[in-house]
Amino acid sequence: MSANLQLTEDGRLRHLLTLEGLPQRILTQILDTAESFVSVGEREVKKVPLLRGKAVFNLFFENSTRTRTTFEIAAKRLSADVINLNIATSATNKGETLLDTVANLSAMQADMFVVRHASSGAPHLIARHVAPHISVVNAGDGRCAHPTQGLLDMYTIRHYKGGFHNLRVAIVGDVLHSRVARSQIHALTILGCPEVRVVAPRTLLPRDVESMGVHVHHKMATGIKDADVIIMLRLQNERMQGALLPSAGEYFKYWGLTEDKLKLARPDAIVMHPGPMNRGVEIDSGVADGKHSVILPQVTFGIAVRMAVMSMVAGSNT
Amino acid sequence: MKICIRNGRVIDPASGLDAVQDVYIAAGKVVALGAAPADFHANCEVDATGLVVAPGLVDLSVRLREPGFEYMATLESEMHAAAVGGITSLACPPDTDPPLDEPGLVEMLKFRAKNSPGPRVYPVGALTWKLKGERLTEMAELSEAGCVAFSQADAPMVDTMVLLRAMEYAYTFGFPLWLRPQDYHLAKDGVVHDGIVSARYGLPAIPVPAETVALQTILLLVRETRARVHLCRLSSRAGVEMVRRAKADGLPVTCDVGIHHVHLSELDTADFNAHCHLVPPLRSQRDRDALRAALEDGTIDCICSDHAPVDANAKEKPFQEAEAGATGVELLLPLTLKWAAERGLGLADALDRVTRRPAAILGVDAGRIGVGRPADLCIFDPAASWTVSGKTLASLGKNSPYLGMEMPGRVRYTVIDGHLDYRSNHA
Repeated sequence: MSANLQLTEDGRLRHLLTLEGLPQRILTQILDTAESFVSVGEREVKKVPLLRGKAVFNLFFENSTRTRTTFEIAAKRLSADVINLNIATSATNKGETLLDTVANLSAMQADMFVVRHASSGAPHLIARHVAPHISVVNAGDGRCAHPTQGLLDMYTIRHYKGGFHNLRVAIVGDVLHSRVARSQIHALTILGCPEVRVVAPRTLLPRDVESMGVHVHHKMATGIKDADVIIMLRLQNERMQGALLPSAGEYFKYWGLTEDKLKLARPDAIVMHPGPMNRGVEIDSGVADGKHSVILPQVTFGIAVRMAVMSMVAGSNT
Repeated sequence: MKICIRNGRVIDPASGLDAVQDVYIAAGKVVALGAAPADFHANCEVDATGLVVAPGLVDLSVRLREPGFEYMATLESEMHAAAVGGITSLACPPDTDPPLDEPGLVEMLKFRAKNSPGPRVYPVGALTWKLKGERLTEMAELSEAGCVAFSQADAPMVDTMVLLRAMEYAYTFGFPLWLRPQDYHLAKDGVVHDGIVSARYGLPAIPVPAETVALQTILLLVRETRARVHLCRLSSRAGVEMVRRAKADGLPVTCDVGIHHVHLSELDTADFNAHCHLVPPLRSQRDRDALRAALEDGTIDCICSDHAPVDANAKEKPFQEAEAGATGVELLLPLTLKWAAERGLGLADALDRVTRRPAAILGVDAGRIGVGRPADLCIFDPAASWTVSGKTLASLGKNSPYLGMEMPGRVRYTVIDGHLDYRSNHA
């Protein structure tokens, strides 16, 4: 779906809405481009002029600190003008429709919208209605997709593992409500990862999750056994007690990642987490800070990946 | 008004009539078929050569949006659209604002409908006050005001005791209840089928048990009370199986399906097309195939349009925020013909599902062509096709999953109560 909406007629990336349906070459191109940007962050002058004179609007209809900040840093390193709009507390609360908000901001000479929205598909809707010179980058929509997070996770895996073709990847936790997990699954599948597992109680998995090409495990013992990569998902506070799960304590006991359980994985396994972490709920502090953890490098790579995406979609208009 | 309809292929599914002959109409009735009665001088002649003369369509669910939702559509606009679609009798659900829960509102609606051109309008009364599922409405009073059945429309009935009491009370008078089976808790906040699309796009899901659990409750209470229940808008294969067994057991139940559910599946929602945000949700292809088969074997009695016109803004939203529903009155005939053609069924079989059968459920003298019967006719060109668009749709609701697509069958004339109510420009 949406592959055509995301690509220009000559096959370049015009919007980034979801990873589903994107060709492998685009994903690889993003990762390669990101690699060239990693060094920018290590320079004394952390800027390249690729987006000079372009106006990037951060449209966050849902609150976020980390993702918004990394998009802002990425845009500024590309020399763009960045305008942050926290719409969760402004126009739409006054009754303005999503498309009216976007039309108004378009009239302010925007070149790119970075959109986060609580409803799945909102960035697709915006992408269908913007002027041809405006690109849309999805920064998380509902439970649907968080493509730049999925890409930075792929960058991290490639960085530490060299590729995807012989990997066993376990995604552990609340897949049902996770846009991050969906983007990871699509990306891993497209990049040729032979075995993607999801590990969670039945309540935290979509009913037809297997249709996405993953193997379902309910127990950590089998789920992370011999895994090369373990991705822990965040469990939202409001889901820790109720009909989905009885308690955070029981969840941690059975699905939390501890040093003991980690011994089941490959000795050189890496542990990832999209953040923000709940220590002692989905992941033990010893693991989060331990030698297998690549959680902080993920954040650093995130900036380079977002620079890559923004420079590519902006470049598709020229 | 005396009308003579010449040379059309007259199809009456009820009697098995399927022959080219003339139809003579006077004083609102069909007075003769074939040969003209003595002293018949038509004021109006319709040349129906090459056209099908069918009973006017009977649609069990058409939202006229009045009172309360005039910003979406109006009673006049939607009655006209229904006539354009060949519909001559329609039932309107009580989900107006305020809901049809008191006789004055029903009388007003009947009065407004009577004074507008278009189909005969049969209001379905609210089963509970404000459709809240708590307190029964004055069903007997509402019936006197013109309600033909009682329903919660798409509003939930959370309290099973109220449902039991509603059936008992309705049974007292022989009133039918029209119920859409959906468990409130299992459906809450959901917008799509709990399947492939929900897994992929993370859209909140409505699992099949939302239908089957509610259906089981209704069927057990029907067994207990013997109340007459019409089950609205089946969506799942499992639901169809339950109705099949209930009918075999002799329970007094009938059921319908929405026309869009006969053709579309969850896969059509996969590009976040808000026009496919329907109630109940479009389910899997297996479910859709089961609905098509059940319609053919009679487990599902009839098809309705479940007409729900909305304004453009209501659909220009992310899928889960968009208003549910699709415009339907002008697509009922074409999509029914399409279903029948795809299953290799004849015109009479197709028309039966939108004429005689729904009329029987409605309990009115409609859906048939015969001497002495009301002159309600749908005269259409089965060979004509047209493209669905904002311009070609007469309904104020332009919300259709079929925008841009070609439809088979075009209504040329609609006769209601012996009057030529609609005549297409192409006729």
